[in-house]
This record gives sequence, structure tokens and C-alpha cells, in this order.
Amino acid sequence: MRQLRFLQAMNEAYHQAMGADESVMIIGEDIRGGIRGETKGLHGAFGDLRVLDTPISEAAFTGFATGAALAGLRPIVQFQVPSLIYVAFDQLVNQAAKMRLMLGGQANLPITYTLMVSGSRGGNAGQHSDNPYPYLLHAGFKVVCPSNAYDAKGLMIQAIREDDPVVFIASAMSLPQKGPVPEEIYAVPFGCGDVKREGSDVTVIAIGHLVPEALAVAERLAQEKNISVEVWDPRSLLPLDREGLLKSVKKTGRVVIYDDTNRTCGFAAELSAIIGELAFSSLKAPIKRVTRADVPMPFNLALEAAVLPKPQQLEDAILAVRSYAHV
Amino acid sequence: MSNIMPAPFARSLYYNMARIRQFENRVVTLVDDNEIAGVCHEYSGQEAVAVGICGALTTSDIVTSTHRGHGHTLAKGGDVGRMFAELLARTGGYNKGRGGSMHIADVGIGIFGANGIVGAGAPIACGAAHKFKAARENRVAVSFFGDGAINQGVLHEAMNLAAIWDLPVIFVCENNQYAISTPLKEVTILDPYVRAQSYGMPGVCVDGMDVEAVYHAALTATERARTGKGPTFIECQTYRYFGHYTGERHMKMNYRSQEELDRWKLRDPIKIWAARMMESGLCAQEDIEAIDAEVNIEIDRGVEFARSSPPPNPAEALDCMYAVPYPNTPAWGVEP
Repeated sequence: MRQLRFLQAMNEAYHQAMGADESVMIIGEDIRGGIRGETKGLHGAFGDLRVLDTPISEAAFTGFATGAALAGLRPIVQFQVPSLIYVAFDQLVNQAAKMRLMLGGQANLPITYTLMVSGSRGGNAGQHSDNPYPYLLHAGFKVVCPSNAYDAKGLMIQAIREDDPVVFIASAMSLPQKGPVPEEIYAVPFGCGDVKREGSDVTVIAIGHLVPEALAVAERLAQEKNISVEVWDPRSLLPLDREGLLKSVKKTGRVVIYDDTNRTCGFAAELSAIIGELAFSSLKAPIKRVTRADVPMPFNLALEAAVLPKPQQLEDAILAVRSYAHV
Repeated sequence: MSNIMPAPFARSLYYNMARIRQFENRVVTLVDDNEIAGVCHEYSGQEAVAVGICGALTTSDIVTSTHRGHGHTLAKGGDVGRMFAELLARTGGYNKGRGGSMHIADVGIGIFGANGIVGAGAPIACGAAHKFKAARENRVAVSFFGDGAINQGVLHEAMNLAAIWDLPVIFVCENNQYAISTPLKEVTILDPYVRAQSYGMPGVCVDGMDVEAVYHAALTATERARTGKGPTFIECQTYRYFGHYTGERHMKMNYRSQEELDRWKLRDPIKIWAARMMESGLCAQEDIEAIDAEVNIEIDRGVEFARSSPPPNPAEALDCMYAVPYPNTPAWGVEP
């Protein structure tokens, strides 16, 4: 099958979704310029009224999308850096996320928020290295975090078709990754995790750009230590495929969660709690979390590396849960 | 000026203002009797603003409302019974008891949310207006906000977007002089309408106690919006008769003097309009009394409807969150 980069898969999803449904529009800063490529060609294909470049007014263009959605459009709001959502937080959390319930279900809000270059990229420091999905999950947004080009296209199509606000996390480290992507339009359903590698000894739950890292660690451990690691990718964080998660956990009884958000109230904490509540009797070892540390990203690369979750930490955690035995 | 207004329309302006006044008077009673929980912000005193603006709108035009929003929904044609039902948190309410006073809205008649966050409706109105423009629909969006919103950043961002894209938006600043207890003049150098100039849109200031003046300003603004010329800013000088919210009158607040309140009440929008209609021969005293009696019955029936409407089922507390729910999404606070 044809290989596309994650970024190209996003671009194709945008083009196909906008081509298929004229109510889809996209708004944000420097969309028409399409510097990175994910919005390339949209302005030429769909024009001024569907491809909107805004002033630096994150709160206003976020609220604008809410109004457009209430009026019948299906807006895509693209944030060029994830931490820009904090500027628009009232419009996201108090408005878009709460509006349907507050209205008693009178209107739908089919809005897709794309968070570009999410996470750390090496040397982007405190305000350009966040993976802010725990905040958004807490606010009740549906959130997808694809780990490869195939899932990126399918989850983007589903996000745009979904009749609720959806956040699409485009991890910086995933954008250049290549993978097979069908040419036709297709959707990856929400709430369906994916076993990216089958295994029987330990379940590694990995999120987004950490999935390829987890697969590499699993491969090495299989070859060097004959350990069979299952890598499970939730793909959509909310809704979460609890059934798929618990199936894998109950099979192996040993769990490591590999997630690049803060340790305190990060996504790994939620997964850990779900497993503890629903699969306690299946666990043969305490759940281990390998996460980002609880500080803003320091600039120095060695400090950055110290803060981020790393393959070596994952490997150590897998070995620890593998060898754990009740005394 | 009044002579050019057809009598039925002039009377409808009176009817709509009387409806808001009586509605809010009943709200105060219901709050005092603990039939309404939470907080209500009464619109009394500002009736000419909502009614004058909405008088220039059609059902397909939309508005974004505020925490002091009962008047907007009523003026846009909202049903009294469904509004009381919402305030009483019943399933028959517009928001099925999920919104309450601060979020009461009938999307079907174009209320795109009533907002507990000051200024937050402005960009929402712009987004709706963009759709109207893009689809070549002859509709306009009105964003109501108070003087308190004039120093809120998102309002200014929204005004700029409306101006650069010639959006059919009308920004209506209901200047009731106070943001809770903070006088506008203490926190703002220029009058609100002057700021419109910075965004390249017309800004006008009208007597917000005069429904006719507000209506004519709204007509000019809607005409401009409907012909693709872009947004207008209308500041309406007005006054709220109650405190910031119902309970304030028991709190002995002294940021406003009785003398000031009395002075504004001399220019009561409903009395002024009744007198002007009679002077102009648009109706007689009996007509006014008949409308008041009609509204009184409507209010009684509305409260009756609300009281007879069932409360929501607690088992359905998570309903309405998503158009497309999934297993455990949204999740309850305990595992089922």
C-alpha cells in the first residue's frame, strides 16, 4: 500500500472531509500558508469562506467556531501550538464543552480542534512542549491521539464527522512518521483501541508518539530476553475502549503505562485507576507508570530528556513488573 | 417620530416590555419563596433594550445572551411557561432543567446561549454571522453584553473579527452603569461606543430607556448588516431596577443611591412608551390596561405550567452531554 507521512495523512483527511461535506470549514492562524503541510492546498481548493486565517485571537476564533457550529457548520479549529489553548480556555471549557448539556441537548457542536506539534520537539522549552490532553479530557472533550499515519487519517475523518467537540492530538514526533494509508476516505471509530503488537507476559499501554517507541522496546525484549510484550494503543482517550484495555490486562496480569503527560493527574493516573478498580484480581504485579515529570519543560536538552519518559525507563519498568512476585 | 410606526407594532413593543417586567416581578417572588434555586439576575429597567433590538429582528436572526438574559429570550419570542419551567428546573424548561437562569435559551428562536461568563457570547455571534454570510442568508447575529464586558479581551477580539470580515453582527452594549457594584466610570476612560471607532465600525449611543430610539438604531444596524456592510456597535444607556441579582436587595449594599434609582425610574421605559403611544393616538388607556391584564394571565399560566412540569430524573443527570455517548462516556462518579 501507498506510504504517507502522518502530516500528509492529515492533509488528505482535511481535503477529503472538506470535499465530501461543504459545511466543513477550517479556521486558525496561518492556515492558508500551510507552512508544515497539513493544510496545504486547502485555500486553493475551498476558498476564503471555508479556509479562514485569523488575527492572533485564539479566544475569539475558538468561540467563533462554537457559533459557526450552532449555526450548522462543522468547523475545524487548528491551534498551531497546543499551549495556545490556554489563551482560549474559557471558550473551550466554559463554552464549547459545556454548551450542549447546559442547553439541555438543544444543539450539537460538531467541532474538531487540531493541536499541532503536541509534546516536546527538543529545545522548545516551557511554553511550546506541552501535551495538554489531560486538561481537555477533564473538561469532557472527546480526545484522539493517533500513533501512526493510518490512524491519523481515519481518526481525523471520524473527528470531523462526530457530532460533538473532538480534540485531535497531532504529536510533534509523529508528524514525519510514514505508514500505509489507503487513498479512499475511511473512518477509524472512536472507543476502539488497537493491539499494535500481541504478547502474553506484560501489557504496555502507550499513547501517541510513544507507541512506536514501545514497539521498539518490545521487539528488543523479545529478541534479547524472550519476553513477550503486548502493546496496546487506545487511539481515542475519550471515549476509552475499556473492554479492549481490560482484555489485554487480564491476559497478561502485568501492566506498564507509557504516557507523555504529567505524573500528577496525567492520563496514566486515570488508566491506572480504571485498571485497579476493574481488574485488581487479575493483576500479578503493581501497575507501573512511566510518565513525564511534574515540571514545565526546561530548555537544556539534557534536562528535557530527564523530564520526558524514555525507552530505557519503559524497559526497566517492564522488567520490574515481569519479575515481580508476591512474597 | 412615533407616527411612522404602525399601531399593532407599537403595541407589540409595549406588550413585550410589559411581559418582561411582569415576568421578572414574578421571578423575585418565586426566588423569595424558594421555588427557584440558585441565582437570578433580573432584567427589570432594561426592557427597552431587548425589545427595541429584537423588534428589528426576525425569528431566523440569532442573539447571544448574557447572565441577565431573561429579557432577551422573552423579547425574541420565548414562551413564558417554558422559561418559568426552566427556572424551576423542570423537564418542560427550555434546557430541560440543565441550564437555569444563567443559561436559559431557546435555540429554535435563535438564542445561541445565555452566558454566565461576561463577554463570552461575542465571538459565538461572529461565528454564526460568518455562516449567514457564507451561505448568503439574509440573517444577522446580535451579541448582547453589559458595560462590564467592555474591558474583556475576547469582546475586542470578536469586534475586530467582525470588522475585518464585514460580518452581519450587531454588538449591543447594555450600559446599566455598574459591573456588579463597580461603576463603569471608575474603570473606563471613554464611553463604550467610542471604542467601535478603533475597529472601523459605526458606534452609536442611544437612550436605552426609550424603546423607539433603540428600535431605530437597531433598524439602521440590521439594514447595514443585511446589505453586507458589516457590524455596528450600539451602546444603550440604561439602568437595572434590582440589584445585580435577586438577593442583593437584602444585603444593604450602598453603591447606588436611592436618589439615583428614583431618577432613573422617572424615565421608566414602559411608562414612557405607554404615554407616547397615547399621545400619538396609537392606543388608549384601556388598551394599555388590556395588555397588562393579558400579560398577567400569561404569567399566571406560565407559572402554572412550570409547576405542573415534572422534575428531571436523577438517573438521567448525564444526559445531553454528548450527541453521541459511548459506554462510560460520560462516566458516573462511581462504577455502575
